[in-house]
Amino acid sequence: MSKLNIRTLTFKGGTHPPHSKKATESLPIERANEPKVVVIPMQQHIGAPCEPIVQAGDEVKVGQKIGEAKGFVSVPVHSSVSGKVAAVEPRLYSGGIAVTCVVIENDMQNTISEQVVPKGDISILSAEDIKNIIKEAGIVGMGGATFPTHVKLAPPPDKNVDTVILNGAECEPYLTSDHRLMLEHPENVVFGLQALMKALGVKKGYIGIETNKPDAIEKVFEAARGIEDIEVVALKTKYPQGAEKQLIYACTGREVPSGGLPADAGVVVNNVGTAAAVATAIKTGMPLIERIVTVTGAGVNNPKNLLVKIGTSFKDIIEQCGGLKGKIGKVIAGGPMMGIAQFSLDIPAIKGTSGILVLSEEEAKLPEPSNCIKCGKCVEACPINLMPVNISMYSLANRHDEAEALNAMDCIECGSCSFVCPAKRPLVDSIRVSKREILARRKKAQSK
Amino acid sequence: MENSRFLVSSSPHIRSGETTQRIMLDVIIALMPALLAGVFYFGLNALTLTAVAVAFAVAAEAVMQKILGKPVTVNDLSAVVTGILIAFNVPVTLPLWMVAVGSIFAIAIAKQCFGGLGYNFINPALAARAMLLASWPVRMTGWVAPGADAVSTATPLAILKGGEAAGQALPGLLDMFIGNIGGCIGETSALALIIGGAYLLYRGVINIRIPVSYIGTVAVLTFLFGGFDSSAMFYHVLAGGLFLGAIFMATDYSTSPMTPKGQIIFGIGCGFLTSVIRFFGGYPEGVSYSILLMNLATPLIDKYTMPRKFGEVKKNA
Repeated sequence: MSKLNIRTLTFKGGTHPPHSKKATESLPIERANEPKVVVIPMQQHIGAPCEPIVQAGDEVKVGQKIGEAKGFVSVPVHSSVSGKVAAVEPRLYSGGIAVTCVVIENDMQNTISEQVVPKGDISILSAEDIKNIIKEAGIVGMGGATFPTHVKLAPPPDKNVDTVILNGAECEPYLTSDHRLMLEHPENVVFGLQALMKALGVKKGYIGIETNKPDAIEKVFEAARGIEDIEVVALKTKYPQGAEKQLIYACTGREVPSGGLPADAGVVVNNVGTAAAVATAIKTGMPLIERIVTVTGAGVNNPKNLLVKIGTSFKDIIEQCGGLKGKIGKVIAGGPMMGIAQFSLDIPAIKGTSGILVLSEEEAKLPEPSNCIKCGKCVEACPINLMPVNISMYSLANRHDEAEALNAMDCIECGSCSFVCPAKRPLVDSIRVSKREILARRKKAQSK
Repeated sequence: MENSRFLVSSSPHIRSGETTQRIMLDVIIALMPALLAGVFYFGLNALTLTAVAVAFAVAAEAVMQKILGKPVTVNDLSAVVTGILIAFNVPVTLPLWMVAVGSIFAIAIAKQCFGGLGYNFINPALAARAMLLASWPVRMTGWVAPGADAVSTATPLAILKGGEAAGQALPGLLDMFIGNIGGCIGETSALALIIGGAYLLYRGVINIRIPVSYIGTVAVLTFLFGGFDSSAMFYHVLAGGLFLGAIFMATDYSTSPMTPKGQIIFGIGCGFLTSVIRFFGGYPEGVSYSILLMNLATPLIDKYTMPRKFGEVKKNA
């Protein structure tokens, strides 16, 4: 029997940013208008970029593969529309740089590719089959990190993985895409979890959801009723509850060793959105060509949860939400704690675009940092138990060896320290600088 | 809806509403009950002394920052806090110019010469108290009894210590709790200080680690040193500015440890030194010197109490 864990589980440290989810949490997912043109980057994931396998002038259909994965840590990319390839050229994407993109003019016919066929009942699929389906469907971590899912499903043989955890915490303020997914398609979430468990051959599955989404906890629990080995876990509403290591600790009490992977703790973590994409890929054969995007913030006229085709521009998406409102400060791909600020709206939504957050000029104003008063609030907030204040001071003094000695590399960049700092110091920013510097030095030392 | 210029910066893109100024304002609010008690017991002169101490602290901060070519940051209110604490640490009979000298010393020397807010290694208000006590020991112990007549008196700890104050009657414990005794302006009323401390806890400005470990240690050690005499223990806990020190001075951010474990060690250290000074040292009190000594140990404590990082593993695989 599935269980509902009524103890509220959590981790040590963390912080409580305002949820800011009211604007969209009760709005059903709407299908976005068909985009006239899509711009589909060949790199939407962590790992090797794809090689485009179409050229300008080619006709493509919905779900057709247009980019072939290069290497194991990579996934293919598919067309989200039917139409004609207009160009294959570098275009700006939300990572802040230009990457090779396939530009497709939509013929509005939505002709489905012959490659898209249901994969049959899950009971007849082997673990290997499921892994292949997931890889070929181009599925990556949809919480934002976009790590190829099939790689997570192939842990080194010496790791004894016995648990799969689905991340439904959605601890980022403003975002409600996972929340709406769990409310409207809980059966896909549960189905996806079962498929992931079968692919890994494990007997224990958790779905972790923060307590600020009681309706989602209820729906997912309903959907999992009667299924063995799946436990729905209520997580304390605290940031960063959805961070991989914190989530594993909350659900299982296990700590991922420093520098290690979740597999070292016997766990594989996936986002609920990823699980739903897996369910779709098995049930209908449709690869990952669309996703739910929360469009919100004070700078948007009508906030919405939109089901968006990959490659639709931010501009199109925001226009469907009534356009920009008032003076705009920042446009962020993702949430306010870890999202990436954008300088242009001419960028496409990709597999990892969980939200588009538009902050007003007032909200986006950068605070002036003042002297550190040594209050220690960052030390208490750090979910990894680091001392951000000290690492940051060494970083700002260009003393990266000392920053490394204080475990800068263990920082998960959740931003809790910067959020709580009363002196508004650039804590996580400077720790990031140190991490880059340390990595560069390690690389240099290796090449010698 | 054209692409205007959007701001690009590193995440997080939202910050908490907490500011240095708000924290300092909270401390000032928390000090108000004790100030009211001081005025109630020692008269309006207590208010005048506090105002002078604050004015000179703020002025010293502004002048020093101008001289050093730094931005003037008096609106962070930290100098106001220091000024109030200096006044709280002197007797009401102290001449105004002396408290002004104390304020200037605290801000100009103990704080700004070492880099300003957050960089001072000892508590500026306590540094000023130590300087004043060394320079004008008689004036700094010119205690008067509460009330309009300003009859000179001794503090309960001086009476307990013996010497010339021996033989005077000890006040009752209730008087000590509400502050109806001789002493510095802000130290006599444990009740008022506890109210302020509760407010700081509620606002999350301080945590209970330092106050509880400090006061707890003093309670245990004075009980032991006093030959298992619980009334002596109560006198020691309620007297000599222990509550003022434990709640408002030992919790000073810059000069106390940032790690949770370090804060407990710091509190125990303060409690140990206070008890030892009171029982075996030359002074009847001891709160200020113990905090000052522990201030010096703070960087070391922080270094050796770094929290165990999440996922740290023993190298035995």
